[in-house]
Amino acid sequence: MATPQKSASVQPRPQPEIAHPATAQRRPRPQIGHLLALICVILFCLFPFYWMVTSSFKNQQDLLSPTPKFLFAPTMENYQRAVSKFDVVASLQNSLIVALCTTGLSLLLGTPAAYALARFDFKAKRDLWFWFITNRMISPIVLALPFFILARNLKLLDSPLVLILIYLTFNVPIFVWICSDQFRNIPKELDEAATLEGYGSFGIFWRIGLPLAAPGIAVSAIFSFIFSWNELLYALVLTRSRAQTAPVVATSFMSGYELPWGQIMATGTMIVLPVIIFSLIVSRQLVRGLTMGAIK
Amino acid sequence: MKKKTYSTRAFFFVAPAVIALLTVGILPLIFAFCTSLQQFVLTKVHLKGTVLGLWPIYDAPFVGLQNYLGLLSDQSFLAALGRTFLFLIINLPIQLVLGTVMALLLHKSGNDWLKNVARVCLVIPMATTFAVVGLIGRLMFNNDFGVIDYFWSLVFGHKVQWLADPALAFVSVSIMDCWQWTPFCALVLYSSLTMVPLEIEEAAKLETDKWWHVLQRVQIPFMLPGITAILILRTADILKMFDVIFVMTRGGPGSATELMSIYVQRVGFRAFEQSTASAQAIVMLIISIVLSRIYIRLVYREI
Repeated sequence: MATPQKSASVQPRPQPEIAHPATAQRRPRPQIGHLLALICVILFCLFPFYWMVTSSFKNQQDLLSPTPKFLFAPTMENYQRAVSKFDVVASLQNSLIVALCTTGLSLLLGTPAAYALARFDFKAKRDLWFWFITNRMISPIVLALPFFILARNLKLLDSPLVLILIYLTFNVPIFVWICSDQFRNIPKELDEAATLEGYGSFGIFWRIGLPLAAPGIAVSAIFSFIFSWNELLYALVLTRSRAQTAPVVATSFMSGYELPWGQIMATGTMIVLPVIIFSLIVSRQLVRGLTMGAIK
Repeated sequence: MKKKTYSTRAFFFVAPAVIALLTVGILPLIFAFCTSLQQFVLTKVHLKGTVLGLWPIYDAPFVGLQNYLGLLSDQSFLAALGRTFLFLIINLPIQLVLGTVMALLLHKSGNDWLKNVARVCLVIPMATTFAVVGLIGRLMFNNDFGVIDYFWSLVFGHKVQWLADPALAFVSVSIMDCWQWTPFCALVLYSSLTMVPLEIEEAAKLETDKWWHVLQRVQIPFMLPGITAILILRTADILKMFDVIFVMTRGGPGSATELMSIYVQRVGFRAFEQSTASAQAIVMLIISIVLSRIYIRLVYREI
């Protein structure tokens, strides 16, 4: 209680200085502009998300009213209906299984490759790196067509396995891209010290490389998980019913004459919310990952 | 690509990833290339047999490069290609400029609490599932009860058919793309801005009153790697953009929003002309490889 009073009594003192016309006018104005601009940024980012979430709690009448309802009586009906249509829950499970497995597999395959690209010298190293990264650039539609026919022939259609495998095409490059950068930053002296201790190159990778590159590996895993969770095209083409992932189910509502907008938005919210909460928790790593992967 | 000069240990580290990507990435590509040289319509061809039970052989007639030559005179293919590049050159600069503005706002001193909130909010559009972005777009731009249309008519006094009008549908899809990816640009550029050494920036601010001088001389050089990275990633993503459009407009009305991926998907999976679609996909692959190689080379020159 004492300190606020104290600061209040101190406050008037600088005021005569601020009253100096040049500084007084200069200071507050840009701050308010800055404030308003920041609020605009926040509204821009939040509004569509907010609109989806509130729509999922509206009944059909409120949803279809020509003047948008900002105040309404919330209802859980949409969620109950969407969940009772069983495939939403099953598809969320499928998405989770596929995203976790493909992330794990990419980690196993990608980190050693990244380590070799960062540490060892061999011919055509740069070409190999190019090739890994190019995989990230390939449009899914290029692979979806032939993969569909090949998988059909092997009777692999409509199974999570086929998605786990094809998602490697964009997840392994993520690991290679981000992690090779991390491995490169580990001082070489540590390797030399470990060699003197009698470790082989795999031991060095396991005992020194992996732990020190952990931040990069975590970031790659986060990206890989999010991309896999969000993927639509492969899932649309390669699954029918049993292995449908959440995005596919969300789009399957979009047929028929009168669309059940409430249920669609409830499903959308259920798909997006886990990822958004997860991303907000790891947002600091995510932003750092953007610079790691993007800038190098 | 692999040479004997690989030191053996490097080989053991790299081999698993290379083998995996060869199997799931390159094998299908070879198959697509074979298909593109045939007259292949999935509903009409029959399985003749397989190689080792894995590689199917169909009785489709071999036509050589005819499918590729056909593309050159295929108006709808060329239109889809043009539309994709139009989308790219409209949206990329908008996202880059808006992203720079947002990054500068986040970088400017003051309003710390609000800046933290904004930084967290920027993550939300990026993390939103692309298909769901399409769903949101379809809800917000709806002709009868869409909230965007409502605000538009409040300001301009008349209603607009967002998703029914070809030009406006293109704009609507672009707006949703900008919503999702401008924050990405902002965050990448913001991170680059934080790498400008504080004393250099302070010195520059003492030298000049004008913020754009500071931007041009001090901040832009530090942002260049970030900008190049955005160019690479956004170009690749727009070339393969599928989810948002598929959900929002299915390429319609007419073919107004039919970018390459949507177009190839229609030819291959709704018209079942696999051989034409494969040829188109191969052409697309070549374009994206050439572009990404150019960009990657640019980055290498920067660093």
